[in-house]
Parts: sequence; C-alpha cells; structure tokens
Amino acid sequence: MPDAIVSLQHVDKWYGENHVVKDLNLDILEGEFLTLLGPSGCGKTTTLRMIAGFEDATSGTITVQGERVEEKEPYQRDVNTVFQNYSLFPHLTVYDNVAYGPSIKKVPKAEIRKRVTEMLHLVQMDGYEKRKPEALSGGQKQRVAIARALINNPRVLLLDEPLGALDLKLRKQMQIELKRLQKKLGITFVYVTHDQEEAMTMSDRIAVIRNGVILQIGAPMEIYDRPNCRFVADFIGESNVLSGTVRRVNGTSLSVETPDGMVLTHGDGFREGEDIYISIRPEYLSVQEKPHEGFTLRARVKDFIYMGTVVKTSLDLPNGQELKLSRFEADSSLREGDERFVWWEPEKSIPIHREEGER
Amino acid sequence: MNGASTAKKRHNRLPAIAQAGPVSLWMILFVTIPMLFIIFISFMTRGSFGGVEYTPTLTSYETLADVIYLNVILKSLRVALVTTVVCLLLGYPFAYYIARKPADVASRLIMLLMIPLWTNSLMRLNAWMLLFQTNGPVNKALLGLGFVEKPVTFLYTDGLVLLGLITNFLPFAVLPMYSSIEKLQTAMLEASADLGAKPSVTFFRVTLPLTFPGIFSAIILTFIPALGTYTITDMLGGGKVLYIGNIIKNQFGTIRNWPLGAALSVLLLLVTALLIFVYSRFAKIEDMEVL
Repeated sequence: MPDAIVSLQHVDKWYGENHVVKDLNLDILEGEFLTLLGPSGCGKTTTLRMIAGFEDATSGTITVQGERVEEKEPYQRDVNTVFQNYSLFPHLTVYDNVAYGPSIKKVPKAEIRKRVTEMLHLVQMDGYEKRKPEALSGGQKQRVAIARALINNPRVLLLDEPLGALDLKLRKQMQIELKRLQKKLGITFVYVTHDQEEAMTMSDRIAVIRNGVILQIGAPMEIYDRPNCRFVADFIGESNVLSGTVRRVNGTSLSVETPDGMVLTHGDGFREGEDIYISIRPEYLSVQEKPHEGFTLRARVKDFIYMGTVVKTSLDLPNGQELKLSRFEADSSLREGDERFVWWEPEKSIPIHREEGER
Repeated sequence: MNGASTAKKRHNRLPAIAQAGPVSLWMILFVTIPMLFIIFISFMTRGSFGGVEYTPTLTSYETLADVIYLNVILKSLRVALVTTVVCLLLGYPFAYYIARKPADVASRLIMLLMIPLWTNSLMRLNAWMLLFQTNGPVNKALLGLGFVEKPVTFLYTDGLVLLGLITNFLPFAVLPMYSSIEKLQTAMLEASADLGAKPSVTFFRVTLPLTFPGIFSAIILTFIPALGTYTITDMLGGGKVLYIGNIIKNQFGTIRNWPLGAALSVLLLLVTALLIFVYSRFAKIEDMEVL
C-alpha cells in the first residue's frame, strides 16, 4: 500500500464555542482521489483549509509528505488549492494568472512561457492567454484556476467544491475531465463536496463527514453497499431505512420485527432484543402478491414516477412511512392503491446498530 | 445586423435619453454654463473699477506666467502633493485596518473619522490655532518638558498649514480606500499565499493593484481640493504664505480682478482634467470609488 502523503492526527478545530472538527484522524494516500463528503457546515472545508494552512488546527498534527506543517504559513506549504469561486486575479490576464506561482519563485521567463502554454493546453484553454478573467465563462475560469494551481507541480491538490458554481451539464463534464486529469498526472487530489453523486463519480475513496467527525471512509462501492450508520445510508444514494428489533438470530440470518411486520436481514454481531435499523436500496426492494418467507410487511402502492432510465414506485406502509422501489421497467401488473407484500434478498439489506438515544 | 437587434438597440436608446435628460439639463445649467462663463471671462479685460470689460485679451494668462505667480502655483502644487502623499501613507494602513474589522466595529471607526468632518471647518481651524499659538498648550507642554527654551512660532508657518491640510483631507483619503479594500476578497489574498507569495509580495502584486481605484479616488479627493483650498491656508497661513486658492479668492474679492481669478480657476480645472485623463489611461472610469 502506498504511504500517506497527507496525514491528520487527532485534529481538533474550535471556532469560539463551536467544535467544528472533532479528533479527526485521516491518512490521505499518495496518488489517490479522496473526497471529503458531507452536508454544509460539517467541517469538510475547514479540514481542507487546515491542510492548506488558511486555518490553524486548535490541536493535533498535520503532516504533508512526512513533514509537520502546523507552523508553516500557506505560502510555505507544497500544496495548492482550487477555490470554490475560482479566485482568479481580476487584474491579471489568463497568462499572468497561470504564471503567478512560477513568477514568484523567480523561474526564468522563457521557462514560465513554456509551462504556461503546457498548462493551458492541458486544461484545453489554448489561445486564451490574453483574456481577462471577466471575459471567461464559469467553466473556463475553473480550468484556468486548475492550471494556475497545477503549474506549481504540487504533490497534493486541494479542491474546495470547485464545480459548485457550474450548471449540471458542465459539472458532469468537468467531473470526468478532472478525474482523467488526476489519473494522467498521478497527483493526489483532496476534493471537498456536498454532492454525493459527484463524490461517487470521481473518488477512489470517500470520507463521509458529519458534525466534524468522519463517519465512514472507503471506496465508493463499499460505502454504498455497506454503510456503517443510518446517516451514511441516507446520505449516499437513496435508501429505505426501517427500524425494528432483532427477534431471532440464526447464524448471520436475522429475523427483525418492525412496527408493520417481520423482515429478514443478514449480518454479524447482532443480538436478540437489540434495536436496529435496516437499510435497503430501492433497486433491491421487491413486491409480490403472496408473502415471501420470513417477511410479513405489507404496503400499498402510492404512485409511479418515470425518471427516464428508471421507474420509481412509492409504497406506503401502514404506519405512514414511505418506501421507494426502483426498476428499469414499470411492473405492468401494479396499479395505484394495490396492496402487496414487500420483501428483499436478506443479503442485499444492511442491518445498522442503533446508537444510544437514536430513533 | 438583423432587424431584431436593430429594434432592440433603438428600444434601448430612447429610455437612456429620457433618463439622462433631466440630469443633463441640471448639469448644463449648474455646471457647464458657469464653467464656460469662467473660461470666457478669463479671456476678458479687467474693468477699471472691478468687474469685467468684454474686450478679449490674454493679459490674465500672461500675468500667470509671471515669476511670482509661477512660484505660487508651483508651491501650491508641491503642498497639495505632499498633503496627498501623506494622506495616502497615513490613510491606507488605517483604511486597511478598518476594512478588516467586523462590520459593526468598522462602522464605529468610520464614525470617529467622520465626526471632525461634521464640525464646522472654521471651528476646527480655530482649534488648531488655539492649540499652536505662542502661549498655547502645545508650546506650554514643550516648554514644560524642557524640549525647547522659548516658545516656538507655529502660527502662520508652512508646517502648520500642512498639518491643517492633512488633518482636513485625511477622511477623504481614507473613505474611498476603505471602500476599495473592503471589497477585496480574502480569497484573493489566500490564492496568492497558496501560490507561494509572501505577505509583502501579495501586497504589491494583488492588494495594491486591486485597491488602486480607491487609491486614485483618494488622490483626486485630496489633491484637487488641497490645491484649491483657501480657508485653511488663509487662517493657518495667516495670509502670509500665498497659495492659488487665496489668490483666486482675493482676485474675486478685495482685488476685484475677475479675469485673473478666472484664469487661475481654469488652471485648476486643467490640472483636474489632466488627473482624470491619466486615470482613464490606466483603468476604467466606472471603477473609481466615488462616495
């Protein structure tokens, strides 16, 4: 396994009374695309800014390439940042913006010229040298911002919601471009976003953060398939979450009583009588007319939503909770108002321990 | 050009004229016409008993070329320049300091800056005179502390005039610069630091260029009034040291040589126009901070 290029150990950040980052431990590996994912205010941007040096950690250590950086000013750190609102210098041309870093390091003019040309080519902005940032579109600005950061040959590139201001189509396109760029250059990307789809598309690993704590870290599929808590299950993709009590444990097979009936799930380390959540993805949910063995959950078909590639069916449980089922094709036997039994392959559902006091 | 865009253009032009109409009228009535009149009489002859005789002549401008007047003009320019430079050097750090404070603190600090401005200027000037007169508090303090053996003459010196000018125009320098600095996003400074620039490098390559509109407004708002002022120079200079402003005032007042006063005014006008022309060469005029 490659070594950690950035490492945060027991990092805490307080803003006055606000504890925004709590005892954070994170190893970012050489050459990976790591995404810090979480809702706004979760501490993800603060974490990124602490790596960049714009914020000081209240306590803990941060190392970049094995070197402690807490005492270093941003201009002394070998990381570069792509900012949320591009932050291009409005008084400089595209060329001078990209040349800013090397010109400060007193790189010879001819060398700067060569590298700026290379970088602008890399981000497909050849020929825009003389433009001012105000004459660029959002996507073009972002490309220049990326070139301006990459020209310094950083080992780690920090990206703070860089696509947040772009429209959906352009965002999708830039996601793919960014991912390709990262693979091509082999640079470590640390990417901050609140968009789980974006995180899933681009990342090698995702760290899901809430209230200043990393809840789960892992490959996108791993987090999608095995969320370790209700929040992650809800936040990543769509999920149906049922609460219930374990009634019988038979090896890894669990029989769980929900307020609306019995269901089966599959997992280790659960005991009889324990209150748990079960997370089940909409694509794994099934309905049929007769009860499936081990399941006594009944639901009423509420409506269908056609979303292009998939059809989403909403089902109401007797207690009012809504379940979502998605299929590539509509089930022609189903009508609104039909009563059906709900079931799933127990292996496809995820039992989640319930925290003390969690409902 | 296709029909639609032509129609659009025409549509845009009409309201623009309609909107600008009253303003233009106002400007023509109260600015352009008086200004043209000043230029006009600067080319006329001085009446024997004051007033203006409408015989064209260049006498006034020939008088301006006289060494005495040239010296006054140069001296006024020099004093205005020093005032402006000092106001910028003092004002910029102060403006920066205010701009980086939270909004409520900043507005309180600006208030402190504005209070002297709201005080009657004659009162302010009299206060300076009282402070610096021969047996005033400043001299007493200097004597008491043993810095000097006999009272220093402050009144009616160039130094006191300069002090009066600087204190008077400092707020006009601070406000536009504050407004510019306040608009400067911290993200710009962070981006610069991120790209390896030390704070001093960031200051000269990012902060200063991006706040230039405020600096230039500060120059215009201090240099031009400082060049034309007469109350400050009159009272603190005691009429002993002559500046353009005093001469203009005297020509229109006691001496009653209107054409000469007008010619001096035209000169001030030209300096102003020159400054604005220089600015427009460097930056867009609409970027200028006007308060």
